[in-house]
Amino acid sequence: MSPALEARALTRILPGPQPTTLVADVDASFEAQSFTVVTGPSGSGKSSLLYLLGLLDPPTSGDVLVNGGSTRNMGNEARARMRLERFGFVFQFHFLLPELRAIDNVMLPMRQLGRLGAAAMRSRADDLLASLGIESEALKVPGELSGGQRQRAAIARALANDPQFVLADEPTGALDSKNGAAVFSIFRGLADEGRTVIVVTHDETLARMAGRAIHIVDGRVAG
Amino acid sequence: MTPLPLSIAFAHLWSRKRQTGVSIGGVMLGVAIFIGIGGMMNGFHHYFLSQLVDTNPHIVMSDEIRQAAPQPLTMLRPEGAVEIRRVLPRDPVRGIAGAAAIVGALNAMDGVAAAPSLIGQVILRHAGRDYSVTGIGVDAPREARVTDVVNDMVEGSFGALASNPDGLLIGRQLADKMGVGLGDSLTAVTTAGTQTTLKIVGIFHTGIDAEDQYWGIVPLARQQAMQNRPRVVNEIHIRLADISRSIPLAQAIERRWGFKSAPWEETYARVLDVFSLQDKIMFLTTASILVVAGFGIFNVISTIVLEKARDIAIMRSIGMPSASVVAIFLIEGIVVGVAGMMLGWLAGWGLGALLHMVPAPTGNAADRMPVRLTLLLFVNASVIALLSAVGAAWLPARKAARADPLSIIRGAA
Repeated sequence: MSPALEARALTRILPGPQPTTLVADVDASFEAQSFTVVTGPSGSGKSSLLYLLGLLDPPTSGDVLVNGGSTRNMGNEARARMRLERFGFVFQFHFLLPELRAIDNVMLPMRQLGRLGAAAMRSRADDLLASLGIESEALKVPGELSGGQRQRAAIARALANDPQFVLADEPTGALDSKNGAAVFSIFRGLADEGRTVIVVTHDETLARMAGRAIHIVDGRVAG
Repeated sequence: MTPLPLSIAFAHLWSRKRQTGVSIGGVMLGVAIFIGIGGMMNGFHHYFLSQLVDTNPHIVMSDEIRQAAPQPLTMLRPEGAVEIRRVLPRDPVRGIAGAAAIVGALNAMDGVAAAPSLIGQVILRHAGRDYSVTGIGVDAPREARVTDVVNDMVEGSFGALASNPDGLLIGRQLADKMGVGLGDSLTAVTTAGTQTTLKIVGIFHTGIDAEDQYWGIVPLARQQAMQNRPRVVNEIHIRLADISRSIPLAQAIERRWGFKSAPWEETYARVLDVFSLQDKIMFLTTASILVVAGFGIFNVISTIVLEKARDIAIMRSIGMPSASVVAIFLIEGIVVGVAGMMLGWLAGWGLGALLHMVPAPTGNAADRMPVRLTLLLFVNASVIALLSAVGAAWLPARKAARADPLSIIRGAA
């Protein structure tokens, strides 16, 4: 049986007068119901690997296989559609839309996908916020939330379309240690629910909470 | 539920209330000026044309033949080797032949009224001074059906010509210049060598200098006698119930009887050309205001695109297609354009009403600036406003859709 997500000889080189290699010849596979952390020093290419795995960035060479299917020949809009349906992203900064209330931010991917009716979307957004412990903040705009609450709202948004894959780039980078540990527990729980969770972090303590770690140095898998 | 691009567009605009308001105000101003000034120009053109067209016949048949009759040889052998050049049309020195029959036939047509007339120069002599005028001999009862001068009488009446064989109607300006009034007698002299005494039975004011200063209207029989052209008619004046039929009808009349028949559009072609030029200048001037308003929209949407680069990146990263990103910013442009346009309709209508309260320089204190707001003005203003708004939004929208979300996310991280 093929892995849920797989990187095959994945390479990303930024073009320019002096081309920069971000990721070089990476092979990695990620099973369903797994929690993997990607660690490495700053500038090692761990975030770049995550963006390649999440179809946010096209590789220079190599391929990303989603449930065994190649994504090499997908156009931008097809990749966007796959991200919308199968991937949930959490970034170091929450990136919530400042004009929208927390619940509206959570409903954003659902509205874009358009599979649920208004009431069902609202109910799912309420449930997600409640599961993350911020149901009482649903009607607040991001400016009225604390850092931890914003990141939880961002996680709720990432889960809005019930994604198979949850990819997070330094999700605890802007949080204190207590909030950071709480957010990591949430990711642990998401993996236990059956999702493939990949988190980039440079926090070794939190990394130990994951079932598996991939260490990246100079764009290559070092262990 | 409101479509996602629409609710994001409204949220963006709402977050920049002041800039949005200024942009809407710019479009409103442009639309209002377009409608208000356009309405005034329309009103002026309509007033001027109605003065010209209503006062005068809609079609004038004259004793002139535009095209020479085809030569028998040409008709017999159209493919022949001999070409006949410089054939002049016949000169109908005796006026319009069969005028009575033509007038009868025209009057029998639906929506057509015709009256015979003889035009010829007359010198009016009073107090030792001569005043050259265009003498117009008319059949008063019939002429009353083809000209609006009957409604422009300020003293006496048009109908008095019918009961006064030596009656004369002149314009207010000519009467003032000559120092004469209703009931005064004048001597009329013509190049035919006749000298007649005429009595002023009416004074008119059409508002057109060429008519008020240089027209002298007399009974047809008197004019024929003065010009020494008994029973001759050199013009037939035709009035239509529907003036839009003037061109095809004039062509049909000319084809049937051969005499030059000029519709009012031909008679006043120069005036219409000037109006057309004025319209173009007005259109370009006022449309440019809307284009400038478009720059305001471009400014506000470009600012939003710059400010919201991170939001756009996150929306793209969660899978929003580039078409939806374009839609968000196009909707913003359209919302500003539509809001400005609708407010502009009201403001334009108000501006038109305001201009209509300004006294018109016609010499009559009760006259107000003519303003004519037509549906076409509103439609034109709206189309230009919306095109300008969509065009102004399109460039920043395309830029937003083409932005690489990853470079923005990396930059923010």
